[in-house]
Amino acid sequence: MKYIDEYRDQNAAQKYLSAIKKITTQPWTIMEICGGQTHAIVRYGIEDLLPDEITLVHGPGCPVCVTPIDKIDKALAIAARANVIFCSFGDMLRVPGSSKDLLTVRAEGGNVQTVYSPLDAVQIARDNPDKEVVFFAVGFETTAPANAMAVFQAKEMGLKNFFLLVSHVLVPPAMESILSNPECRVQGFLAAGHVCAVMGIKAYEPIAARYKVPIVATGFEPLDILQGLYMCVKQLEENRYQVENQYIRAVAEQGNRPAQELISKVFQIIPRQWRGIGEIPQSGWGLSKEYAAFDAERHFVIEDVSTNEDDLCISGLIMQGLKKPAQCPQFGKGCTPDHALGAPMVSTEGACAAYFKYKNTVAV
Amino acid sequence: MSKVKISNMECPIPLDDYKYVMMAHGSGGRMMGRLIDEMFLAVFTDVQPQDSAILNVPQGKIAMTTDSFVVRPLFFPGGDIGSLAVNGTVNDLAMCGARPQYLSVSFILEEGLAMETLWRVIQSMHKAADVANVTIVTGDTKVVERGHGDGLYINTTGIGVLEHGHNITPEQVKAGDMVILSGDIGRHGIAVMAEREGLSLRCNIESDCAPLFAPVQALLDAGLVPHALRDATRGGVATVLNEIATAAGLQINVSESTIHVEEGVRGVCEILGFDPLHIANEGCFIAFVAAEDHVLALDILRKHNKKASLIGTVSEGKPGRVTIETSIGGVRILDMPAGELLPRIC
Repeated sequence: MKYIDEYRDQNAAQKYLSAIKKITTQPWTIMEICGGQTHAIVRYGIEDLLPDEITLVHGPGCPVCVTPIDKIDKALAIAARANVIFCSFGDMLRVPGSSKDLLTVRAEGGNVQTVYSPLDAVQIARDNPDKEVVFFAVGFETTAPANAMAVFQAKEMGLKNFFLLVSHVLVPPAMESILSNPECRVQGFLAAGHVCAVMGIKAYEPIAARYKVPIVATGFEPLDILQGLYMCVKQLEENRYQVENQYIRAVAEQGNRPAQELISKVFQIIPRQWRGIGEIPQSGWGLSKEYAAFDAERHFVIEDVSTNEDDLCISGLIMQGLKKPAQCPQFGKGCTPDHALGAPMVSTEGACAAYFKYKNTVAV
Repeated sequence: MSKVKISNMECPIPLDDYKYVMMAHGSGGRMMGRLIDEMFLAVFTDVQPQDSAILNVPQGKIAMTTDSFVVRPLFFPGGDIGSLAVNGTVNDLAMCGARPQYLSVSFILEEGLAMETLWRVIQSMHKAADVANVTIVTGDTKVVERGHGDGLYINTTGIGVLEHGHNITPEQVKAGDMVILSGDIGRHGIAVMAEREGLSLRCNIESDCAPLFAPVQALLDAGLVPHALRDATRGGVATVLNEIATAAGLQINVSESTIHVEEGVRGVCEILGFDPLHIANEGCFIAFVAAEDHVLALDILRKHNKKASLIGTVSEGKPGRVTIETSIGGVRILDMPAGELLPRIC
């Protein structure tokens, strides 16, 4: 398949692997930001092919994993209401809240629908004027343009029965939070290619300079990742710390301007809780004043949900690169995809799910 | 075998004004009698009139299996609930090396189902049974209230005849066996999902729904006895490999590049974040054969489906483990899917 097979070619991969081996003279710890990259790394067995000196740690870039539990509990409360059609990407349905997940709400009679695009939810709202339609708008900068477009269109259409439950998060503040932790051992980053495709790569320059870390905007195919790693290791070995772009076929330096304009119209920057990590200032998007009427949290009066996070889950440490999934005592024992304690075990982008699915590593 | 030509037959109901299934069609009265006589028996001409079918069976062993079909939508590219209900059960018999011979058919109809829809399903079942060379000998009909069913559910039970003395079960799989996949994968699951979810695909992906006894018989006729056979239905190839590795207490190692996946199926899987190895099929199976038989077995299976392929081997290794060599040369675990397949966020 065009644009896929070229990036999964064994010969080309071998070339990059030997090139990485050739330039590596000392141990390096590199974090890939995005859960999609984590899955590619584990799915293609990349870690085992790399030189022993290189350690990959897995970043917080799994939107499902970092969505705070109180937001999930609110989603569960809204979805259970009689007059609501609750729309979500499939990924969110299995994520455990304090006591259940959206699949359980559906089984109990809630109208929970999987959609492939937020615009599908807008259409559902048009088709069901007597229902209140809520879309669970989670994600990083990647999903923000489509979510913003949904609200934008809903407003243009004059829809009064469409709402977003927003839990948007931003990559650069999370990177700063990771780097400012005294225990941080990350020396270089593979930045999330699709986030950069929307926002560009400029925002990473102050981070690279301030913390002296190379940052390489990287794609998601195995060869993208090998090339990104090569570029990152090369910088580390040469004691450089610049922002580079591996994913040139998708990422322009300035990003996607029309998408950015739409986002800044619909959303505003706010502090945001990250599940397992805590509050990070200026790290999220909420609806702007102009679009506040579409905010599900404003429209639905939800009594304070008392959250109950399982304290056995160490997802925060994993998503900050401080632990690997197999270092969690619950991994594969108390926590499996069929009975998860935390979101990274059920999300298709979660690091724990990747390890369980592709490595089947047992807890150490 | 039914000899009735039905292709040009008009739906015999509505005979009066019954365009839709009514509760009375399941109540045992005159309306039900007409439904059975004029719809079911008009097509399934080998159904016996008494309460149970009396069957001729040969000396030796027979195989029996049952399966229920609740697919939504009822019609999808490449098949429908009727052809699925025939082939699904026929294939379960074939996977034991049994020649499918008789089927029972039970319908659960939802009040309000269009008679035309039921008629199309019945015709499709008749055609599928003809192709699979199996006779529908008995059946049942129930009607449930509107809102208590998805239009139509079907259960089929099948009886097949073992014309050989071999035991084809996962326990027979041995270290050193070769693993052959009989065709390309993922089409059924993606065709049904695309139809159900209204994905507007530009490519036309059709279900692979088909009967599978013919290739099995060809293997047996050539004197090849597969150690195990399993059709890769729900949970896909990954699930079958894991089930057999566990049942046999052996490790299975396969190679990703040997598994055929149609471009359209690959594309949908890439976009939605699915692994084609987790997607359901209704017309392909995995055969475990002795190493010395694999060349001939592959030759025979390729005559039935050009995309049949040697995908891996069985080793002592770690019991129950399935590994897959990836396209770039790495090796990973191939696990069963967890829960229902859900499309990803980004």
